[in-house]
Formats: sequence, C-alpha cells, structure tokens
Amino acid sequence: MLSAAELDALRLSLQVALVAVIGSLPFAVAVAWVLARRDFAGKTLVDAVVHLPLVLPPVVIGYFLLVLLGTKGPIGGWLYETFGLRLIFTRWGAAVAAAVMSFPLMVRSIRLALEAVDRGLEFAARTLGASRLDVFFSVTLPLMLPGIVTGSIVAFATSLGDFGATITFVGNVAGETQTLSLAIYSLAQTPDGDAAALRLVLISLVLALGALFVSEVLARRVRRMLGRA
Amino acid sequence: MSGALAERLRIDAAKHLGSFEFSCDLDLPLAGLTAIFGASGAGKSTLINLVAGLHQPDRGRIAIGSTVFFDASSRLALPVERRGLGYVFQDARLFPHLSVRGNLEFGQRRAGKHAGGASVGFASVVELLGLGALLERRPHTLSGGEKQRVAFGRALLAQPRLLLMDEPLASLDAARKAEVLPYIERLRDEFAIPIFYVSHSLDEVLRLATALVVLDRGRVVTAGPLADVLMQAAARPFFAGAEPGALVFAQVESHDERFQLSSLACDGFVLRVPRIDLAPGTAVRLRIPAREIALALAPPSDVSITNRIEGSIESVVSQTDGHPAHALVTVRIGAATTLAVTITRESVERLALVPGLRVWCLIKSVVLDAGALVLARGQAAQPALQRAPANDARA
Repeated sequence: MLSAAELDALRLSLQVALVAVIGSLPFAVAVAWVLARRDFAGKTLVDAVVHLPLVLPPVVIGYFLLVLLGTKGPIGGWLYETFGLRLIFTRWGAAVAAAVMSFPLMVRSIRLALEAVDRGLEFAARTLGASRLDVFFSVTLPLMLPGIVTGSIVAFATSLGDFGATITFVGNVAGETQTLSLAIYSLAQTPDGDAAALRLVLISLVLALGALFVSEVLARRVRRMLGRA
Repeated sequence: MSGALAERLRIDAAKHLGSFEFSCDLDLPLAGLTAIFGASGAGKSTLINLVAGLHQPDRGRIAIGSTVFFDASSRLALPVERRGLGYVFQDARLFPHLSVRGNLEFGQRRAGKHAGGASVGFASVVELLGLGALLERRPHTLSGGEKQRVAFGRALLAQPRLLLMDEPLASLDAARKAEVLPYIERLRDEFAIPIFYVSHSLDEVLRLATALVVLDRGRVVTAGPLADVLMQAAARPFFAGAEPGALVFAQVESHDERFQLSSLACDGFVLRVPRIDLAPGTAVRLRIPAREIALALAPPSDVSITNRIEGSIESVVSQTDGHPAHALVTVRIGAATTLAVTITRESVERLALVPGLRVWCLIKSVVLDAGALVLARGQAAQPALQRAPANDARA
C-alpha cells in the first residue's frame, strides 16, 4: 500500500518524534516543577527561554542549534570529540530539533497539571512517613499523570510536524533526516510530485488525528482512575 | 497506660502568621483524648500544625519525651516524616490514585524507624473501623463518613506515638457525624495511642475528651482534665456559643427492676433514668440538653415528669444563639452543678423569672436514655480508669 520511500519517511518520523518525547520528558517534568514550585531570581528569564521556540521562527531555532550543536559548536564539538556523536545531518539531530520545538508545549501542560495537585495530599503523605522525594514519586507524579499524558501526546504531534528547525539543523537527507514534513516539501518542489505529496499529506493527517484520539482516550482513562471523570 | 507513666508533650513556642500571633506554653501528658477547643481563629490548628511540623515556630522548643521536634536555640527542626505522628485532616485527604487498601498501606509500609512504636495491626484496624468491604474501592466512590474512617485507619497504621485530628467531623453532616463518632470513641479506647483532637464543637468535646485545652486568640486559656477545666470560671465563657446543655457527672446508684429505672447520684440530687446496663458505682457522664428541661415555680404534683430538681436561677439571657423566641436560663442545683434551660422569652416574662428565684427543673426521664445521653463511661479526670484491662496490660 505504501511505497518503500513512504514507509521510510513514516518510520523515521515516528522514531524521531518518539525519541524527542521520551528524551525530553524528564527535563520537562524537572523544569515544570522548578517553575511551579520554586521562587528564585531569574525565574522569569528561565520561563522566557523555555518559551522561545513558541515565539521565534523555527528557522531561527534551527540556526541556534546549528551554532551550538554543530561539530564545531561549543556543545556539539565536545559531544563529537568525547563520544564521537554527531548530531548534525543525523536522525538524532532531528530528534533534538523536534524536542526543542515541542518542549514549551510539554512544559506548559505538565506545569498546569502540577499546579493542580493538592499540596494537602503531599503534606498528608509526609505525615505518613514519606520523605520529600518519596512524596514526589508516590503522590505528586501519579497525580500529574493526566498532564504528562496530554503533554507528551501534544509534543509527539508537534515533533511529527516540525519543519523549519529540522531542515535548518539537520538538512533534508532522504532515509536519515527526511521526515514526513520534509518529504512532502521535497515532493511539492518536484514536477509531477503533487500526487505523491498528497499521499504523504493524508498519512500526516491520519497520524495527527490518531494522536489526538489516543490522547483523549488515555487522558479520560487516567482521569477516571483518579476519580475526576 | 497510666498518667504517671505516659510520655509528655512539652511545647513552649511562639509563631507569627500574618497578623495572627500564637504563643503557648503547655506540658501535657500523652494519654487519652485531649481536645483542643476554641472558636475559629483561636489557634487550634496552629497548635497541632506546630506539633506536626507544617509550621516552624519563630522561637521556642517542642518535644515529646526525649524526642526533640523543634528547638530554636539549636536550630533543630525534625522533618514531618520523622516525627512519628498520625494526622487526620478535616478533608480526609485520601490519595485518589490509590485504592482504600493502598491508602491504608501507604503509612504502614513506611512505618519503620521513625514510627512512634505503636504496634497496630492491619486486620485489627480494618475490623475496628469496619473497612473490610471498602478495601478495593477507590476514594471517590466513598461517602464522607467512610472516607474519614479510612483516614483514621491510614493514620493509625503509620504506628504513631500521637494521633492528631483536625476537626475530623467538621465537613460531615449530622447523620455522618453520628455514624463516625462511635469509631473515634472506639479507637480512643481500643488502641493505647494518645489523641489530640481539634474541635470547636462542645458536643464532641464533652462526648470524647478526657482532657481539654482551651485556646482563645492565640493564647492558652486553661488546660487540664476535662472535669477540672469545665468547672473553671475562666473557661466558662468559651462554652457559651455551643448548643446549650449541662454536663453532669454522676454515679450509678441503684436499679429499680420493677419499673426498669436506674438512679444516678449526682451532685446533691438523684436523677431517675431508663435502666442503664451498668453496675452500681460506675461513673458516667450525662449531657442534659437545655431544650429538654422545663421550669416550674412550685413543686408540681400532678405531672408525669419524674425528675424534679430544686435550684435557684443564676442568670437569664434573652438573646441566645438560637431562635429569637428563646431565652437561656441558668439554674444552680448543686455546689458544682448548674443546668442550662432553654425556654421561650414569653415564659420568662409570664413567670417573672429573675436571678435568685427558687425554681424546679423538670426533666423527663425518657430523654435521658442510655443511647443519647450517657455519653462516656469513666471519669473524665482519670482516663486510665476507662481503658479496657487489655490496654492496661500493654502499657
């Protein structure tokens, strides 16, 4: 039904989005916790930096990534020399670009969920002998689950769709960084590519709708588990 | 667990919370149920939150026995989770993501080195609180009363050295309150775990407490065994707002088998009540609601009412907290006993009731039945006496 090239693009897109979500989730939870629960000088700055990918043109984010994470960049250079890990022009780099672009949405959703957690329940857990860390994992995290689920799915969908940051940072290499969006772009540039592009557009549509549906189902199930249905 | 052997809670601390200033200096034996009583804003919750560690005092020291919870001079503040306490909140605060069993086990699993050393078993708690049928349920499917019973069990199973209860009945309606109250009595009597019970309800205090701390505007007014505190003039104004009624300490004197009545020897008078199944000599407390007493100017001869007690009017207050038609009359009937009587203002005027007047208080025997009015066995001043022998052996 799908051609090998289409399957490649689809598989790559899913891989990139999945790695992006799983890799950024712990950081998103940590940043959300700091923003929701801590007061410190420069909090506004941290908040602004986290939200930059939402307000800057994606191409600009891609350019920043290129400068920072390129093999000659301050971080990318170190990664390359120490671990031999090259992000630029690789699927790992595509995952990083997708993660950065979807990070603010993920943090937002998780932060909202965290702010809705009843601090009284956390205190109750401490009176029952649980340390702060224990309380976080046994009470706070499970109660944040609805936000973590929706945040992850929104981030997954956003990751699937990123174009600007990805193409600027890792280019458009078929089989390595050419995700669905980039493949659609390439086909649309090709004479007679319209029909092929349309097929990929339909695949994207199905993926996006599927993600939303799964998100709804999961969120409802979690809410019911927590008795908030 | 006798008073002499009990650990003591020593708290000498002060705390600013906004414009509210709290300071207290208390030395309380940890035995029985100590009610922390006062109007809202008196500092009741502040007191137990200082003990629990939710707030840290600005200065002072808090310790149970040799365990120091807080000491400003050595900058020591024991973390909440290491104080070995149980805490029952007004809102049950059950964990919504866990079943009832998961909630009960939460504290039990963590009750290790920091627990208070009580040995409360899962099965005995489930049985005492009637939780067997609820174990696999989710908290959101429970009624308010059931939630609160689970919260009691969860706190008990953390093996606390002291159980703190912050108005555990305040968010329940009257029917749920009546359902939950007996469970509090049972856990007070069955487990040798001392309880601090915050309440602004005089009814709850009279029914449950063995000792009483009265707070007002962030200060301790008085503290001590229930009976002693109730007699103190300093504490009397703080009981005025509650549903009026008198607490009468009495002893079972004799039983009349023919009419199935019991005689209770009170402070200089005898009350006849429907037969109570208690041996002569047993101490009981009776709460006589003010609205169940009528007044007469002469000893009536041709009425059905059994209990007629002579006394003299101490005060007549027209505007009470109740209905605008009501008046509250206080009648002294013994050296240490006064009865509160609610009648209409119209009756006050018709009978020309004034302080100093001799009156007869008429109390129907049938309202003084065991279920409603014999509230607690044992003498309030001696909590050790009202414990089951099994508990004494454990102590």
